[in-house]
Amino acid sequence: MKSPGMSGLILDEKLLFEHSDPGRKGYSLPALDVPEVTLSEDLLRNEISGFPELSEVDVVRHFTRLSTWNYGVDSGFYPLGSCTMKYNPKVNEVAARLAGFAQLHPSTPEELSQGALELMFRLQKALAEVSGFPGITLQPAAGAQGELTGMLVIRAFHEAHGRPRKKVLIPDTAHGTNPATAALCGYDVVPLASDGILSAATVAAQMDEDVAALMITNPNTLGLFEAEIVEICKVVHAKGGLVYCDGANLNALMGIARPGDMGIDVMHFNLHKTFSTPHGGGGPGAGPVGVTETLEPFLPVPVIVQDGDTYRLVSDRPQAIGRIKAFYGNFSVLVRAFAYILSMGGEGLRHASEMAVLNANYIRARLDKEFHLPYLERSMHEVVFSDDNLAGGCHTLDLAKRLIDYGYHPPTIYFPLVVKGAIMIEPTETESIEVLDEFCDAMLAIAQEAKENPDLLLKAPQRSKVRRLDEATAARKPKLRWQEE
Amino acid sequence: MRYIPHTDEDIRQMLESIGVGSVAELFSGVPQQVRLQRPLALPPALAEGEVLRELKRLAASNADPETTLSFLGGGAYNHFVPAAVDYLISRSEFTTAYTPYQPEISQGTLQAIFEFQTLVCQLTGMEVANASMYDGASACAEAVLMACRLRKRSRVLLSRALHPQYRETVLSYCRYLDLTLEEVPFGGDGRTDAALLKQKLGSDVAAVVVGYPNYFGVVEDLAGLATAAHESGAYLVTAVAEPIALGLLKSPGELGADIVAGEGQSFGIPVSFGGPYVGFFAVRQKDVRAMPGRLVGETLDQEGRRGFVLTLATREQHIRREKATSNICSNQGLCALMATVYLSLLGKVGLREVAGQNLAKAEYLKAALATIPGCSLPFAAPTFNEFVIRVDGAKALLQHLAKEGILGGIELRDYPELKDHILVCATEQHSRADLDALVQAMAGGVA
Repeated sequence: MKSPGMSGLILDEKLLFEHSDPGRKGYSLPALDVPEVTLSEDLLRNEISGFPELSEVDVVRHFTRLSTWNYGVDSGFYPLGSCTMKYNPKVNEVAARLAGFAQLHPSTPEELSQGALELMFRLQKALAEVSGFPGITLQPAAGAQGELTGMLVIRAFHEAHGRPRKKVLIPDTAHGTNPATAALCGYDVVPLASDGILSAATVAAQMDEDVAALMITNPNTLGLFEAEIVEICKVVHAKGGLVYCDGANLNALMGIARPGDMGIDVMHFNLHKTFSTPHGGGGPGAGPVGVTETLEPFLPVPVIVQDGDTYRLVSDRPQAIGRIKAFYGNFSVLVRAFAYILSMGGEGLRHASEMAVLNANYIRARLDKEFHLPYLERSMHEVVFSDDNLAGGCHTLDLAKRLIDYGYHPPTIYFPLVVKGAIMIEPTETESIEVLDEFCDAMLAIAQEAKENPDLLLKAPQRSKVRRLDEATAARKPKLRWQEE
Repeated sequence: MRYIPHTDEDIRQMLESIGVGSVAELFSGVPQQVRLQRPLALPPALAEGEVLRELKRLAASNADPETTLSFLGGGAYNHFVPAAVDYLISRSEFTTAYTPYQPEISQGTLQAIFEFQTLVCQLTGMEVANASMYDGASACAEAVLMACRLRKRSRVLLSRALHPQYRETVLSYCRYLDLTLEEVPFGGDGRTDAALLKQKLGSDVAAVVVGYPNYFGVVEDLAGLATAAHESGAYLVTAVAEPIALGLLKSPGELGADIVAGEGQSFGIPVSFGGPYVGFFAVRQKDVRAMPGRLVGETLDQEGRRGFVLTLATREQHIRREKATSNICSNQGLCALMATVYLSLLGKVGLREVAGQNLAKAEYLKAALATIPGCSLPFAAPTFNEFVIRVDGAKALLQHLAKEGILGGIELRDYPELKDHILVCATEQHSRADLDALVQAMAGGVA
């Protein structure tokens, strides 16, 4: 069987601080051409003990070696469910680095930042069209901050109507950020049992006039479309509540259906998922938020408005929730997402969603005889198996680690919590049938290994730079920084 | 479409394996009534060259960095970035990876974060730092929330000399949490008014929040503020918007800060119209379990080799859900990496040199501007690389300078009491000729 996992020479590398040689530096400055100034003693710090001292060569080699211990989308298949690890186009990187963007100071007068404002305005328009929400803010730095923004908007709306309400309903399939966000907005969380697809009756049973909002993910984290979404929204609205949608899974829906047309009131986007901007080892992303016309006055400030041919930033909006970070958002991430939308066009975005769903269903069809599929409804952009059929005393974690030996990034595991030993696979549209076949072959081979030689799973990974790590000791005796001996 | 590999034949084969007749059938779970019945109203796809041409056109309608002389600071700073920074962070093993959930194949990201955490501790003089936050403003807001949790108190005192956007962000984060936020005025020297602070302090105050340097570029008397806060049992939260200053200034940790939140943009990250940047967040060891954000710790693998993992996750939202210390579920990985590479290149000597040059350039400019008739320095306290000037007709003056290709500073419109005041920033990027050019243009403009 063909798989990319091989062994190769791995170069070890010390910590930066263990490299230091007093007097070295990797940086040069022009000679000081103004008089030197000495700070008074009471303000001046001592030399920073233990701070790195390396040459440029040392630094370049250090980080190059570190990089080789990582696995990225450009290394290979990265089916991390719910994270939409699609290919990150390179032209977007060139665009974000254009000097007129990268070197544009955020306090530059509006007349000298028209290009940036126009880009942001047009990106807002495009996101509005894809989602069906007329009001868009680009300010949030990440999905979780978008959630916070969206829920603050909901709370502000209720406050404006004289009663903030007390509770937020959240299905058991939700991301952990949903309840954490509701708590940050001063709400109590009421969990809802969903059994795969949330029913309007379940929502109705919990819905009363103390419920501020329902937070839902659609498609949900099982990769299933919430088929009763329209009825659910009606049930929530009937009692004066609002519906928040976690937009993590928008990659299944572009050009197919729009959350704004379903009765949803607020949704955040993850530009680093749906709109192809790189995940960067954990950020930066961008988490714009879309809202209905009714909620638009509550969006954070500043907002961008178009005045004829010019664009302006407006902060004087009395109902706004304020600002949730400095300046206007993760601008260079916005540039990348805008470049992606230009590259794809409307038809291309729809095609991306179609192929994402095709890929997930293809994986499902190839694996569902061997792996247990707890929910039989049609999958959208991702498929979730359980580890029920895994033999030899092996669990999801062992399968995941064995996939590493085969040369793959494992899927998301043990999430959503409602599936025992969840294996959540999201291939995205940018993977070819050959890649999917090789991956499925590896999954099937591992299932076979579990039956015949489970040690191969239990002792995996063996080909990575390190083997399984002692996480228990790391948490019990935290060592969170280097310190001089 | 060049990012989507499917040929018609691939699609046919895949549909056959799935057992459906068309791609449309795959969407049978989406009710007809919510289907979009028309194509998305977006422009047709552009070729790669066309995309670049359009984006270059937009970039070119912004200020031209080659011909514009900028003295803008105020939370985003123009520092020299060595070529190796962008070169290294562009390695796609860093750029196209995600959160290091699988440590065996994420050791590069994990070790780099461990190094970042160490560098932040060294700079701030604190004991523990996290893997980073979104930016300085949101880090500051998280610091306030953490102080309120730990102190179990509900009043927070924010210095009016703290960056206005940081204050606004704190307000938004705290809006619905039954916390009372109050401002502490600044005194005539540009520092937080210590006497008024003492009047406002009391046994219900969880935190005092000040900038270091503050928004006016002024170096606060952190030790004095810390003592005052601690006497009331409050935490001192220090927000550092210009961390290059920490190359010279005493660290907040040694002056008594309890939480240091800051903005790392100055460490090799382009100003990029305001983001993405990287927040840093450092605390005392005793408070680590109340901290928000990701943490990386050192451990051993099965063969006894050193390795790194995400740790202390029981504070976090994916486990604690509504009881988590924050809803944050990522960091600013690549920006934290930029800062780590930048600080590695500068090192102990380089950081001190660049901080020294910033101070020297700003002092030269400050002294020169003060000689212009009609231009004065309202605040006497020491500053780092930016400072406030007062000049009649500030707004018109700045507009006049902009026409000459000089962005002379930020008019302090957020402070109605500081009409005609401008925040001016000088860094190692300015040559003496650049500084003289501003002085000359301002002298001409004022006259």
